Amino acid sequence: MGKTLMKGTEAIAEAAIQAGCRYFYGYPITPQNEIPEYMSKRLFEVGGVYVQAESEVAASNMILGGGTTGERVMTSSSSPGISLMSEAISYIAGQEVPVVVVNVVRAGPGLGGILPSQSDYNQATCGIGHGDFNMIVLAPGSLQEAVDMMQKSFDLAQKYRIPVMLLCDGVIGQIMEAVEIPPGHGKNLSEPEKWACGYMKERGGKRTIIRSLFLDPEELEAHNRKLEAKWHEIEKNETSCEKYLTDDAEVVISAFGTVGRIARTAVDDLRAEGYRVGLIRPLVISPFPYDDFESLIPGCRHILDVEMNWGQMLKDVNRGVRYRLPVSFYGRSGGMCPGVSEIKEECRRIFAKLSGEGGDQ
Amino acid sequence: MAEKIVYQRPKSWIEGVHTHYCPGCTHGIIHRMICETLDELDIRDITTGIAPVGCAALMYGYIDTDFIEAPHGRAPAVATGFKRIRPDRLIFTYQGDGDLASIGMGEIVHAANRSENITVIFVNNAIYGMTGGQMAPTTLLGQKTTTTPDGRDPQRAGYPIRVSELLASLASPCYIERVSAAKPAHLHGLKKAIRKAFRNQMENKGFSLVEVLSTCPTNWGMRPTVACDWLVNNMIPYYPLGVFKDFE
Ligand SMILES: Cc1ncc(C[n+]2csc(CCOP(=O)(O)OP(=O)(O)O)c2C)c(N)n1
Ligand code: SF4
Ligand SMILES: [Mg+2]
Repeated sequence: MGKTLMKGTEAIAEAAIQAGCRYFYGYPITPQNEIPEYMSKRLFEVGGVYVQAESEVAASNMILGGGTTGERVMTSSSSPGISLMSEAISYIAGQEVPVVVVNVVRAGPGLGGILPSQSDYNQATCGIGHGDFNMIVLAPGSLQEAVDMMQKSFDLAQKYRIPVMLLCDGVIGQIMEAVEIPPGHGKNLSEPEKWACGYMKERGGKRTIIRSLFLDPEELEAHNRKLEAKWHEIEKNETSCEKYLTDDAEVVISAFGTVGRIARTAVDDLRAEGYRVGLIRPLVISPFPYDDFESLIPGCRHILDVEMNWGQMLKDVNRGVRYRLPVSFYGRSGGMCPGVSEIKEECRRIFAKLSGEGGDQ
Repeated sequence: MAEKIVYQRPKSWIEGVHTHYCPGCTHGIIHRMICETLDELDIRDITTGIAPVGCAALMYGYIDTDFIEAPHGRAPAVATGFKRIRPDRLIFTYQGDGDLASIGMGEIVHAANRSENITVIFVNNAIYGMTGGQMAPTTLLGQKTTTTPDGRDPQRAGYPIRVSELLASLASPCYIERVSAAKPAHLHGLKKAIRKAFRNQMENKGFSLVEVLSTCPTNWGMRPTVACDWLVNNMIPYYPLGVFKDFE
């Protein structure tokens, strides 16, 4: 299959189907309505099931129940809906159920607005649901990346039995661009997962209990230790980060998602003007690629973090550079997107300041 | 003379375990009726239970089937997610009145309205048992609980909700019946209703719910026998037993 012109949300939905997802439970919310709409038609064509849930609370509990079968299940929503899902996501993590959640983030807080935002970075990476657990969060920077990450999301969810979130901003959801959706791979359907529920008969009467309740604190600690060990494994294997022209860069812009794409244009323009500037962009924001940030320390003199929020990724950037580099921030909020010229302006200011301090630019 | 067995442990009851339920609590009787049904219909190994949040949260310790734990009130949504993928399997939820009629009212109404092909066992004991006896949506007028110390006052807390009647007003559900677990004379009806609710699912008839009036001697502050009488004298007049919907 070659490239076709598609709307972001529809391409994401088709990519999920190509990745073997056959079960979708969801509730309408802008700006992701085309995902449930697409699924409500396409899934029945491929022998799957679509259910319009009565709320995001219900949708997320449906993926909990559905995910226990070992099949590939997903839901999608946007910020206010994700808040309602945080209860179930905590249970899903505790019960080790593989699910994929797409979040096409809109601006908050509250009902906020329906335009693109990255204001749910904190919620996704460290604030979703109660308890000691982590979720894998992928942050595509373009529609093609979102499509490719859909396959990866299902594979990671299944491999680690963990909730995986594809955190898109509204730009990726609503953009129309040429993408290629390669035929993907599902799970091996002929073989039920060893841990899955609903195979008691096939297992000669051996039953499965999928739970997160452990009233004995020693038992719960052991369970949480297991979750933690799994997370360390994920931290070791699954971080992903793009570094663009960072080798000789004095100033490095850090950004994720769509802002990364905008910043890349700014970097190209500034390079043409002679500025030694680069870009670092985490593709996976949880687990965060701290080591990639640390590797910037020898040459880099300043980090400019740019986001569509008031700086939620800053704490991870600072931790990544071990608090040894000056980090400043430029951001827009409320559905406003930082433009290329704003980012360039901010960079020039930084270079001017650095040259005052005796830099070689 | 050949030995005649009149009473024995159901096969679906996990051997050697005793429940954590308070003495005289009728949760145990309802569990037993579920086990007998699983045995008689020979469906134990194709059945998955959804455990609630409430006194029955640990029921998978007693009933030997697959189990999934659900967050408080969400069992019908969890069951929906599972059953839509495995229509060849049977699934039942077991929910208290706080679980189903308060925090989970949205999930149960919509599962019923989609007529999900599931079986719901709804245990109405007019109180929050597990958290120590607070008011439930089903607490009777004048009934004292830890959060209605002077008795439930409709001006402050509204009237008790009749779940079976409410759900029976929907066009979609297949079968809704209210039974009681308080007296030996009620148990035949209890068993019959549970059996029917599972049979309906086996025959793909859609949503079936059995509301079981149940006692909570501990939080009602009564001896078990007194609690059974209180149920008969106070709950049944407000929550009449009977079939509210049957699509046969
Ligand atoms: C989200 C959430 N809110 C509150 C609780 C606390 N809680 C546990 S059980 C329960 C009520 C149980 O009452 P009911 O469903 O009637 O079951 P019973 O114990 O009476 O059988 C509550 C409020 C919880 N576990 N989760
Ligand atoms: S608290 Fe009430 S409902 Fe819970 S086990 Fe005891 S008697 Fe039964
Ligand atoms: Mg109760």
